[in-house]
Amino acid sequence: MAIELKMPALSPTMEEGTLAKWLVKEGDTIRSGDILAEIETDKATMEFEAVDEGTLSKILVAEGTDGVKVGTVIATIAGEGADASAEPAAAQAPKAEAPAQEQKAAESDAGEDGGPKKADSGTKQLASDKAASVADPEVPAGTEMVKVTVREALRDAMAEEMRADGRVFVMGEEVAEYQGAYKVTQGLLDEFGAKRVIDTPITEYGFAGVGTGAAMGGLRPIIEFMTFNFAMQAIDHIINSAAKTNYMSGGQMRCPIVFRGPNGAASRVGAQHSQNYGPWYASVPGLIVIAPYDAADAKGLLKAAIRSEDPVVFLENELMYGRTFEVPKLDDWVLPIGKARIVREGKDVTIVSYSIGVGVALEAAETLAGEGVEAEVIDLRTLRPLDKETVLESLKKTNRMVVVEEGWPACSIASEIVTIAMEEGFDDLDAPVVRVTNEDVPLPYAANLEKLALITADKVVAAVKKVTYR
Amino acid sequence: MAKSPAKSLSVEPPVTNRERPNEPKRFEASKEQLLEFYRQMLLIRRFEEKAGQLYGLGFIGGFCHLYIGQEAVAVGLQSALDGEKDSVITGYRDHGHMLAYGIDPKEIMAELTGRAAGISRGKGGSMHMFSTEKKFYGGHGIVGAQVSLGTGLAFAHKYNEDGGVAMAYFGDGAANQGQVYESFNMAELWKLPIIYVIENNQYAMGTSVNRSSAEDQLYKRGESFRIPGIQVDGMDVLACRGAAEEALAWVRAGKGPIILEMKTYRYRGHSMSDPAKYRSRDEVQAMRDNSDPIEGVKKELEKLGVTEDQLKPIEQEIRRAVNESADFAEQTPEPDPAELYTDVLVGTY
Repeated sequence: MAIELKMPALSPTMEEGTLAKWLVKEGDTIRSGDILAEIETDKATMEFEAVDEGTLSKILVAEGTDGVKVGTVIATIAGEGADASAEPAAAQAPKAEAPAQEQKAAESDAGEDGGPKKADSGTKQLASDKAASVADPEVPAGTEMVKVTVREALRDAMAEEMRADGRVFVMGEEVAEYQGAYKVTQGLLDEFGAKRVIDTPITEYGFAGVGTGAAMGGLRPIIEFMTFNFAMQAIDHIINSAAKTNYMSGGQMRCPIVFRGPNGAASRVGAQHSQNYGPWYASVPGLIVIAPYDAADAKGLLKAAIRSEDPVVFLENELMYGRTFEVPKLDDWVLPIGKARIVREGKDVTIVSYSIGVGVALEAAETLAGEGVEAEVIDLRTLRPLDKETVLESLKKTNRMVVVEEGWPACSIASEIVTIAMEEGFDDLDAPVVRVTNEDVPLPYAANLEKLALITADKVVAAVKKVTYR
Repeated sequence: MAKSPAKSLSVEPPVTNRERPNEPKRFEASKEQLLEFYRQMLLIRRFEEKAGQLYGLGFIGGFCHLYIGQEAVAVGLQSALDGEKDSVITGYRDHGHMLAYGIDPKEIMAELTGRAAGISRGKGGSMHMFSTEKKFYGGHGIVGAQVSLGTGLAFAHKYNEDGGVAMAYFGDGAANQGQVYESFNMAELWKLPIIYVIENNQYAMGTSVNRSSAEDQLYKRGESFRIPGIQVDGMDVLACRGAAEEALAWVRAGKGPIILEMKTYRYRGHSMSDPAKYRSRDEVQAMRDNSDPIEGVKKELEKLGVTEDQLKPIEQEIRRAVNESADFAEQTPEPDPAELYTDVLVGTY
């Protein structure tokens, strides 16, 4: 019986990909470990390796095909020296599946035993690409908008600033020849060369210090952390060296540097690779902390960050990299740092959020609208300095507030917003402010537990009902 | 009496056939140069003694790490640098390096007393002083941080192709920090123009080198990164200057980083609050008697016919300048309360 080769998932979030190249042809003898094909997504390229042996009998998806869904049968192998009747049914023998990833996919396709669904993750409930329903007042009327992913927007921001200022360079792990661990720096090496796009050894503390020193010496470094989890090794330089020196030197020594990279929960990577450091950095005077949601903000704020005379922690989100949004087509799209944005207008309740939480809030607002509750959604965009004014103005209008944060509850940005509402907006409150945050646990690996730990639009809806007494 | 076997004084031969810097020669200073070394070292000594006194009187707070005993290192090395293009960075024991750079003692002392006229406007204190004008980049309180930061300064020199060299000072204690080796790796990988100066004063606070370092010959610490190292008598200003010349020749030739291990000694405790019970009084006295860097220069000057009397005016001038800095630092006002909120960020957002 023929063995089916199915389109593998390269990551838990991958749903489809490009079958870039077949490295074998029909009739070839396949040995375990042979490289059969190259599979690509916008994030990564991977070789597809044989597990089973036999003869490649049929190629079902031609090379160069885009949008091949995970689990699609792309080829068949005739089992070694046997015809169909001699083989047990493939479905009963998981070993007869092709690559390891595919086995997982097949199991979950079949799975009615209550086990996890195919490549399931709690982050699916986060990865919204809901767009703002209110135009950004910073965009001049009549501006043409183009569809761009968050990933491309970040890259474009860096490229534009590097073209404009020779002091700007990018440094980090795999930023140059590999084109970025998450392909955010794709193409920069080609355009700017190895002098300005620099691969470092795996040495976060060291290169964060080198970058900070280079900024003190007059350059404008962009330091990429593969994720902000690894920046824990470097946090001493971010805080003790970069953030404090201007103050300690009485304004003599500046440190114009950007530390950037993905922050927050990623999909099924467990506790050490899933954490929101927004509240950590936002607690430090001397730092600017930015956490954009959509592509336009990612671009406009990263450009502003690179131009800033102050050290900036720029928190991206891996789950958002592939999402597409409209970005204004302008020669120089730069946003002001420290300004929140109303991304949806409403009169009944204010939902405050930032980064990936904004999508969750927008989704909840849509549901609520169906039930007759008009929620105003605020994207903080900058966590330090925090735009209190926009938050308090909105509270004045709605008198009710929910804060949504993909992160832990204790000592969070949500705690800070609640405090601001208490201290400066108390008379405007008709109900206590409610927080919707991740559960107060390290992020678990198991799909079901991960789902339970993360925020959802449903939780936001429930919180809004609570503060509106519905 | 039987002859004892001849003992080689020279450093062990290198283990590889890689190119090595030449063994440095003791610098041949002119009388004027020697007098200038003497003046600078004595200024540091008297300044630090005064700082210690003011600390005792409560004018200086917090941590205060004195440089007494180590004067030859900063003076000898920095005298070789090009003030126009080279940069210097160090840790918290930074008063001496600033004085060696010709920074006004009044500004330094006023920083120690936390006054608005201090070089950091009173907001940095003893450990956090900077002069971007002189390319002196601090003054850093986290042990070892200046090594990565200094490597970044060297990166900027190379990036800007300005011909400058960074000199990063750190102690035998900092030499055990991980980021030092992360920096060594990158500096050699990218051939950055940096001189790593390990001021080995033999005690990391209260822990002697032998109790903290598996390899106590610290000049060898760059070997696995292919960074050559030279051990230098850090109590001899001419040896220090000679080593700096050799190191600069190496780095300016584009051969990448180099390590200088300066064997030196601090007479005082780690900081003003350290009674230094971990070593004997005899040990300190022996150093003072036999290896004092200022006495050493005096002897050199004597050889050139400079008499004690001829040095008197220099000493008097230094006493006057130090006393003046102390008076100034005691009397000049504290920062305006509004300064609390300035310099947190450069931009307005």
